[in-house]
Amino acid sequence: MKLKQLSLFLENKPGALSRPMRILAAAGFNILTLSIGDAHQFGILRLILRDWAKAKKLLEKEGFVVKVTDMVAVEVADEPGGLAEILDVLEAAGVNVEFMYACTEKRESKALMVFRFDDPDNALRVLRRHGIHAAGSAGLLKQWQG
Amino acid sequence: MRKSPNQPHRTFHPVSAPDFLPPDQLRELQLQRLTFIVRRAYEHVGLFRKRMDERNLTPDDVQSLEDITQLPFAVKTDLRDTYPFGLFASPMKDIVRVHASTGTTGKPIVVAYTKEDIEVWTNVMTRSFAACGLHSGDIIQNAYGYGLFTGGLGAHYGGEALGATVIPISGGNTERQLTVMKDFGATAICCTPSYFLHIIERAPAMGIKIKELPLRVGVFGAEPWTETMRRRIEAESGIKAYDIYGLSEIVGPGVAMECQCQAGPHIFEDWFYPEIIDSVTGKPCADGQEGELVLTTLGKAAMPMIRYRTRDITALTSEPCACGRTLRRIKRIARRSDDMMIIRGVNVYPSQIETALLKIEGTLPHYQIILTREMGLDEIEVQVEVTRELFGDTVGALEELQHKLSASVETSLGLRAKVRLVQPQSIQRSEGKAKRVIDQRKM
Repeated sequence: MKLKQLSLFLENKPGALSRPMRILAAAGFNILTLSIGDAHQFGILRLILRDWAKAKKLLEKEGFVVKVTDMVAVEVADEPGGLAEILDVLEAAGVNVEFMYACTEKRESKALMVFRFDDPDNALRVLRRHGIHAAGSAGLLKQWQG
Repeated sequence: MRKSPNQPHRTFHPVSAPDFLPPDQLRELQLQRLTFIVRRAYEHVGLFRKRMDERNLTPDDVQSLEDITQLPFAVKTDLRDTYPFGLFASPMKDIVRVHASTGTTGKPIVVAYTKEDIEVWTNVMTRSFAACGLHSGDIIQNAYGYGLFTGGLGAHYGGEALGATVIPISGGNTERQLTVMKDFGATAICCTPSYFLHIIERAPAMGIKIKELPLRVGVFGAEPWTETMRRRIEAESGIKAYDIYGLSEIVGPGVAMECQCQAGPHIFEDWFYPEIIDSVTGKPCADGQEGELVLTTLGKAAMPMIRYRTRDITALTSEPCACGRTLRRIKRIARRSDDMMIIRGVNVYPSQIETALLKIEGTLPHYQIILTREMGLDEIEVQVEVTRELFGDTVGALEELQHKLSASVETSLGLRAKVRLVQPQSIQRSEGKAKRVIDQRKM
């Protein structure tokens, strides 16, 4: 299940994170989940939200550089070893995970993780081959994103 | 609407006739005007008279163009020291316009024009537009600032005199610039090259493809820029980018302008007499040799300038241009003598850094150079705005970019430089002019 992620370049300085948040809040966007990748002097804010195309337009209008990336959403059993099992499958197929983070959405004792792969379509094929599907809350997210 | 190809090289507008004067006639005209203006400066401007008297010179000592080299130089501080009206040669009743520089350091400078001076300025601006293939029917979006800055009104009068349609949009408000550019079908734009880069960057977010608009000519000036930047602008926007040169102290924009050969700006020599000097010794340089450009106004009654040192480093060439103009050309001015930074004993110009940044594919950067001194050692940091093309969504990709940029700068300067990636539009711009260097070193 592919989801759209927006990433924004941020400088590493006070207020850098609050500005995009305020802009999105003022326009009524609700963020499903986010993550920050940080380096010494800058950071990358990654967002998953509904109406991502509208949010992108708004942020660009405010002067941000915004990139859209396909993320793969996977449901992970909320129990010890749940994530390891999926990573094993990926590792065996030689699929490299660039980064990943968790969604706040959680259902039926399953956590929802989003993965960034070099080749998301290939990663999806590998996961499907091993019977790992992203349904449930991932499906819900997909509906939201349109 | 599709872009129409630019006009061929030999377009001729009647106003351009003086561009093609035979050299001996041009020299004769220059001498006539030079003797007149030297006399006027001597008789009406205290500072010029004092300096000539000190050297036992009178206006009669100027009998040939070569005699100009005996005359004293004028420099920018002369304008500051005589602020506001001390260099005016006309009484206020004859002065119809003043302009002033904002003066980032110290007092501003004020310049003045009689009605005839405005006509001369209009004439050279009209010839500037004609030289790059504009004509009546063209729609010129004039994004130079209107006001005390000479750019806006200078280009405005020239555009109208050409018979083109002028959109006096002035600088700033990039979204409106793009909307007007598209809706009014502008075929030409005047602004600083760095501001046009900014316009190019904003276009995609507004769903505008500049390449598909009728825009075909850019008249860019008021700040030094490089050939690499020209090629980048042309590739990104599909227009032809021309270099216009001028400075308020002389007249404003329209001192020199490129023709369609894009081989360096032709000086409108019938109104501005150029010399190149060694900026250290003050001695004249040979044709083609690089040095500081010195200009004398041949037709400015309100405020004549005799041998004004521009601080712009260039070379003058009298090699014929394919366009047929007999006006000599200057090499594109990518640096000014007062832009030179001395970093750890090495001479560095902002243009070297610009060229180094542009070498990295995908950069179309606004940048700023910050100089600091830590423990007695000069440190150079180049801040580069992250553009859509540069931005990758992984930390690794951005760090690699940072590394590539700093390696390119280091190769070009022979100095280690920190590169810091900053948010788009976070580097301040004033009057559309990019401020390239912030020197925080305490000497």
